[in-house]
Amino acid sequence: MIGSNMIVETESEIVEVEEGIKVIPAANTIITSIDKLINLSRASSLWPLTFGLACCAIEMMATGASHYDLDRFGIIFRASPRQADCIIVSGTVTKKMAPVVRKVYDQMPEPKYVIAMGSCACTGNFYKSYSVVQGVDKILPVDVFIPGCPPRPEALMDGLIKLQEKIKKETHRWGRTR
Amino acid sequence: MGTDEIVERIKSRFPDDVLSVTEFRGQTGITIHKKNLLAIAGFLKNEADLNFDLLRDLCGADYLNKRAPRFEVVYQLYSIKNKHCIRLNVQVSQKDTHIKSVTSLWIGANWHERECFDLFGIVFDGHPDLRRILMPEDWEGHPLRKDYPVEGPAVEWKGYDEVLKKTEEYKQYQWYR
Repeated sequence: MIGSNMIVETESEIVEVEEGIKVIPAANTIITSIDKLINLSRASSLWPLTFGLACCAIEMMATGASHYDLDRFGIIFRASPRQADCIIVSGTVTKKMAPVVRKVYDQMPEPKYVIAMGSCACTGNFYKSYSVVQGVDKILPVDVFIPGCPPRPEALMDGLIKLQEKIKKETHRWGRTR
Repeated sequence: MGTDEIVERIKSRFPDDVLSVTEFRGQTGITIHKKNLLAIAGFLKNEADLNFDLLRDLCGADYLNKRAPRFEVVYQLYSIKNKHCIRLNVQVSQKDTHIKSVTSLWIGANWHERECFDLFGIVFDGHPDLRRILMPEDWEGHPLRKDYPVEGPAVEWKGYDEVLKKTEEYKQYQWYR
């Protein structure tokens, strides 16, 4: 974290490398808040659930594959809700599917996040019909909405980075107190 | 065999059942009465020179306020051996939505008839397992009927209502409220 042009005068000097992160070079020690540490770990190992609903899922797979490569953000798709931190609702949520989406979300351990990917998951899109949920926010607490039909992989990556930024701003999301 | 000959074969064998013959862009459709459907379908399948061994599609149609018998069930038939095809339009009235199942002739009609039952409410007598195939099993109404409200009936499907109730209940456990 310390650039080569930074010259540390004395052994005991504390260097603030970033807001809230201080380093004591001589003692080989980093001082920071537990919020920073936990949020950093959560934001840089975001494991979404492999859960595709419609054509947006194809775009999600493309984003996960080698060309766009979500692995470089620490995002690795998990096949079980028990191992996942976030669910990307990628596609049209029908009313028949709604109980399943909710159940899968309920099976995920805290902390958990929801990304609504695509117009259908955001608002229902043009499926203003008897069989489609008019936006997944009716049944899940959504953190990030990504519009587009379907959104390009860049848009999905942008949404995921937005989620990471959101996670990094959280305070006290650990322990028993809020 | 040309389609004209096929139509003639059916007309001569079942003179009272053929209501009309329509042709559009080289496709021939025969509108028939539903009471002799199984006999006509069996005739089309089993006669050696006709040999319609493939039911390409089976679907329903709703002509609300356009035609007198409201519904139609449409059978698209093809003969793999003779390479000819024909369409059967079978009229079904709103009062009596029952029609004979053709699963005994073409086993592939099974799911098509279930879909037709699910979305149009046409009941196929003799079907081995006539359940809804697309909509949830406790769904009320038949959504592809023209008088079905597009945005759904006033009373919500109870499976979805339960999810909404659960969502409301679990809001107390959310981090962001």
